[in-house]
Amino acid sequence: MKQNRIDLKFQEDKKLLSIYFSAGFPNLEDTVPILKNLQAAGVDMVEIGLPFSDPLADGPTIQESSTQALRNGMTTEKLFTQLEGIRDHIDIPLVLMGYFNPMMQYGIEKFCKRCEAIGIDGLIIPDLPVDVYNEEYKSMFDQHGLYNMFLITPQTPDARIRYIDEVSNGFIYMVSSAAVTGAKTTFGATQTDYFQRIAHMDLKTPTVVGFGISNTETYTAAISHSKGAIIGSAFIKFLEEKGVDQIKDFVTGIRA
Amino acid sequence: MNYNVDEKGYYGDFGGAFIPEMLYPNVAELRENYLKITAEPEFQKEFDDLLKNYVGRPTPLYFAKRLSEKYNTKIYLKREDLCHTGAHKVNNTIGQILLAKRLGKTRIIAETGAGQHGVATATVCALMGIECIVYMGELDIKRQAPNVARMKMLGAEVRPALSGSKTLKDATNEAIRDWINNPVDTHYIIGSVVGPHPYPDMVARFQSVISEEIKIQLQQLEGRDYPDHVIACVGGGSNAAGLYYHYLNDTRVNIIAVEAAGKGIDSGASAATSVLGKEGVIHGSKTLLMQTPDGQITEPYSISAGLDYPGVGPMHAHLFRSGRAEFISVPDQEAMDWGLTLSQMEGIIPAIETAHAFAALDVRKFEPDEVVVFNCSGRGDKDLDTYIDYFKL
Ligand SMILES: Cc1ncc(COP(=O)(O)O)c(C=O)c1O
Repeated sequence: MKQNRIDLKFQEDKKLLSIYFSAGFPNLEDTVPILKNLQAAGVDMVEIGLPFSDPLADGPTIQESSTQALRNGMTTEKLFTQLEGIRDHIDIPLVLMGYFNPMMQYGIEKFCKRCEAIGIDGLIIPDLPVDVYNEEYKSMFDQHGLYNMFLITPQTPDARIRYIDEVSNGFIYMVSSAAVTGAKTTFGATQTDYFQRIAHMDLKTPTVVGFGISNTETYTAAISHSKGAIIGSAFIKFLEEKGVDQIKDFVTGIRA
Repeated sequence: MNYNVDEKGYYGDFGGAFIPEMLYPNVAELRENYLKITAEPEFQKEFDDLLKNYVGRPTPLYFAKRLSEKYNTKIYLKREDLCHTGAHKVNNTIGQILLAKRLGKTRIIAETGAGQHGVATATVCALMGIECIVYMGELDIKRQAPNVARMKMLGAEVRPALSGSKTLKDATNEAIRDWINNPVDTHYIIGSVVGPHPYPDMVARFQSVISEEIKIQLQQLEGRDYPDHVIACVGGGSNAAGLYYHYLNDTRVNIIAVEAAGKGIDSGASAATSVLGKEGVIHGSKTLLMQTPDGQITEPYSISAGLDYPGVGPMHAHLFRSGRAEFISVPDQEAMDWGLTLSQMEGIIPAIETAHAFAALDVRKFEPDEVVVFNCSGRGDKDLDTYIDYFKL
């Protein structure tokens, strides 16, 4: 069986920087240029956000970029069309991140098929609980070679973390604090304790920290106890201010 | 068929808990405790005592003589409009605040559209001396100024929801985000039979006092404890759930649900979810909801802010799909006319939400010996501005 690009990437002996952006923002046709520039800048993995009208786990930055993307005319079908042939240019792992309702309307099976055909490696669906996924959708995802990644938070009980680790493939998405998405400038002792606690659990699945990472300081804190970090809101703010062409500056800024 | 919730939190195909992992501990805590706590004799004693001495229950089951004569059938009104704060909403907030206290919560959040649930929440928080934050769409804050003032007077903080369309669904999103940000000390008092399991069942149980009382009252009035028809308006569906609750599995009772058609089903400005909705996930629940073909949730419209919700509770989605309930949708104009009719025939000025239910009398024929119970879910004080504008009073 073909190896998933996420696994190959996570075998590399380095810390990983992953970037999230809302597809269709700032402009409808920016998806492919953003992906190309991110790869050229040395980013290890990308989460492509499928915009939703009611993103209830997201803070203002991602909400607004999502709303703008929808206004620009982004749809599930439109995104798939933009991504056709993307594997001619991009070889880093690509993950689609979106809420469950638009996927349901597209049809889960059809959605999985399109992802496979395009070369998407996995999905993150914040409002599809792990239990429902296992019971109803896992076999379908497996059939199409798609990973589905789950979130844990500082409040997730240890037993549930063990359960999620058991059924996970790819990586576990560690939400940095009890909060919706949004850039923070520092992490406190609570975060560090939590990162250490999870590191000491010796999970079989690698962890990546996301939510609230915005600069070198938070990035460094995040990767010191995990395999990598995901940046969303801070990158979206950068895109809004500096545009698609300056992406390299953002990435060098973080890794400085 | 069983019309109550099953052990997994579903009503047929609908329900469940489609929540981000961040909310898992909060929702699990509720799920594991709500039945146990509400069954405790000490809880029930406090709940019953507050419903009696604070809310003013039992509410009357009133025989509407003039309406009955006009429509040649036996019409009863369950007078939830006589509850403290003016609507059924307070039955639920009393129950949830007692639960929240027992779970050790020190901060309450809620969402509100028209402000009725916000006022009912602010009221019980004042009663218990607990901090209260109510999220309300920025647009609704402007439309419902008197209720905003009431909440403030009761000591609650009203926070504007600035995202999306700035109405009820966005206020609900903001409340959920607040809960994600404050997972330990905060309880979220949802205002209808919506949201992730166990909310729909929990809210339905707190509202079930409505049909519990009707059974006793009808036994005395009619010599049998069930009516032939029960009729209620459905926004999220909490007053309806309370009215139907003890008759859900009693097929002698016909269930009628009335939704807001707004400016008309095909007008693009409607809230008739059973007609316009498709299966999907909103606010943590799989149910019927109004959405675009791409799965973006659409903004509903009704002249009544309390029916202005793009989904319905999963219980009602199941009652609709299974055919257990008849669904009727009523446009603004007919609802407003019924507001006037009920005022002038029975001396009861209803909330505009409530007025929708009565329009069933125009489209549905009832037999002379049939007993028809309407849920008079709320009074019209909060809607006076709308009535004044509409009828040029
Ligand atoms: C008087 C009244 N009736 C009905 C409703 C609709 O809610 P539900 O469908 O949950 O009963 C509201 C909501 O604000 C209300 O104030």
